[in-house]
Amino acid sequence: MSKASGYMSEKPTMGQRFKQFFVDFARQWEIQSMIWPGVIFMFIFCYIPIYGLTIAFKRYTVIDRLDTAPWVAFENFEIIMKDKFFWESVVNTLGISFLKLAIGFIVPIILAIMIYEVSLRGFKKFVQTISYLPHFLSWIVLGGMLINWFATTGLFNELLLALGIIDEPRNILLDPDKYWWIATLSDIWKEAGWGTILYLAVMAKIDPTYYEAAKIDGANRLKQIWHITIPNMKLMISLNLILTISGLLGSNLDQTLVLMNSQNREKAEVINSYVYRMGMTQGDFSYATAVGLGVSIVSVILLVSANAVTKRLNDNQSVL
Amino acid sequence: MERKIMRKDWDSRVFDTINITCLSIVLILILVPLWNVVISSFSSSKALAEGGFIFWPSELSLENYRAVFRDDSIGQSFFISVAKTVIGVLTHVLFCAMVAYGLSKSNVRGRKFYVTMGVITMFFSGGMIPTYLLIKSLGLLNSFWVYIIPALLSFYDVIILMNFFRNVPSSLEESAKIDGAGDWRVFLSIFIPLSMPAMATIAMFNGVNQWNDFMTTKLYVTNEALYPLQMKLYEIIVQSQTQSMQNIGGSVIIETTTKGVQLATIVITTLPIVAIYPLLQRYFISGMMLGAVKE
Repeated sequence: MSKASGYMSEKPTMGQRFKQFFVDFARQWEIQSMIWPGVIFMFIFCYIPIYGLTIAFKRYTVIDRLDTAPWVAFENFEIIMKDKFFWESVVNTLGISFLKLAIGFIVPIILAIMIYEVSLRGFKKFVQTISYLPHFLSWIVLGGMLINWFATTGLFNELLLALGIIDEPRNILLDPDKYWWIATLSDIWKEAGWGTILYLAVMAKIDPTYYEAAKIDGANRLKQIWHITIPNMKLMISLNLILTISGLLGSNLDQTLVLMNSQNREKAEVINSYVYRMGMTQGDFSYATAVGLGVSIVSVILLVSANAVTKRLNDNQSVL
Repeated sequence: MERKIMRKDWDSRVFDTINITCLSIVLILILVPLWNVVISSFSSSKALAEGGFIFWPSELSLENYRAVFRDDSIGQSFFISVAKTVIGVLTHVLFCAMVAYGLSKSNVRGRKFYVTMGVITMFFSGGMIPTYLLIKSLGLLNSFWVYIIPALLSFYDVIILMNFFRNVPSSLEESAKIDGAGDWRVFLSIFIPLSMPAMATIAMFNGVNQWNDFMTTKLYVTNEALYPLQMKLYEIIVQSQTQSMQNIGGSVIIETTTKGVQLATIVITTLPIVAIYPLLQRYFISGMMLGAVKE
């Protein structure tokens, strides 16, 4: 007995642990055989492309062979810095993202509060059903719809003519100065309703006695919203804010591809569509990869700093 | 939880009136444009050329739909869309469930390594070009399987299913194991039937993604026989955009025919989503909650 326990208390050597691992592994062959297809999948479809990012430091285009493409260190990044079209796409991306942040971030919060305040059950359900629907339309479908709405004989012009706001029908999709607004507002039209779901889920957990107590103290509905509903949503709002800020440099490729045309290109080209154009249309694989890599690194920095800031605002509670 | 508003004072009533009015405006902003697209797809090309209507065209007609169905390639695209959605969803859900079941057992050797490996894939990716080069070297360009194989696994879905499997009472599994069932047997005949709600939620989201996906085609497929509806629609849109921009003198008739075809294709592409929307709605709230609990 004492001998055995003495043996057990000795730390197993590296070799023994290694051997034990394989014995356990072999005994668990059945369960391991369920996991390994997933591991192999992730290796091929996620980790090989991550390794593939190294072409950002090579000179590799559609006409080269990968194994003979020369290493060029940071040459691609130096070219990016001087690339006027790249910076144009950054400006457009940031412009659209900030509009989406300024308006698109607030709308779901207000909409969720409005839906929460409705006491007619049937109406509430109906509003929810209808407002979630656009989320399930693809951007191609919505793009096609937008093109029809904004056509000179379309809904939008008819409406403005009828209201006397304009005298001549005009297709605003051909007007570069309107593009940022079209991109932002169409995104809000599609996603605002869907964006209320998590807020509504949080609000459903608020204890109703708070509201009753507030009412006895004479607080009207607006005051109740301000002092009870909104403070309870704070954590969810911060979480969404962090995710939105880290996505500032992200742009909607589907939306851009379907709404961009030769007239509005200068205002519509965003980073993602620029990567697509340089890589897939012009075949400059290294350059496009370098743009994508640079943007992802900046996005990670944004995510970390946004988290740090909101952490401070939320009494040192990290929401991530 | 419903909040009772017991005594409605004047103040509260004003609030309700304003609130419901605003929400009604939101409803109008969503429904009127959608209605306009649907009714436009049923109007004659003459009515489309004239324009000037919001709710009802001067002449109704099925000619747009007839034009769409005359074109065999739309039927072909519809078939591709259905095939990739059905096959894609089934393989995705089963593959994710299999991996999730394996990872839900805490005594699995190397579990920490596998989970870390998976979580990393949720935050980092190679991006467009390295992924394209991989797909190309695997020979998946212009193959139907490019819709299925790269979409097999999503680690988000694995985590959701893993959490669900962990809540299945272990007594069921133990008694099956005593009767000599192996892990595969337990997974297929106990866990899969018990996790239908979670798997249905994932299937719904994945199905909508598959149906709506167009980037995969745009990036990896040039063979028109493999175009799903979304890509077909994109082609029609781009075609009519360039046409209307060049606007060669007196091509108004051609323009409105393509416009009609475009509208009818939009409706056909969206119809399956609207048809399963009631079913979707049943699952997506629970699905969002599953995702939120994880955070």
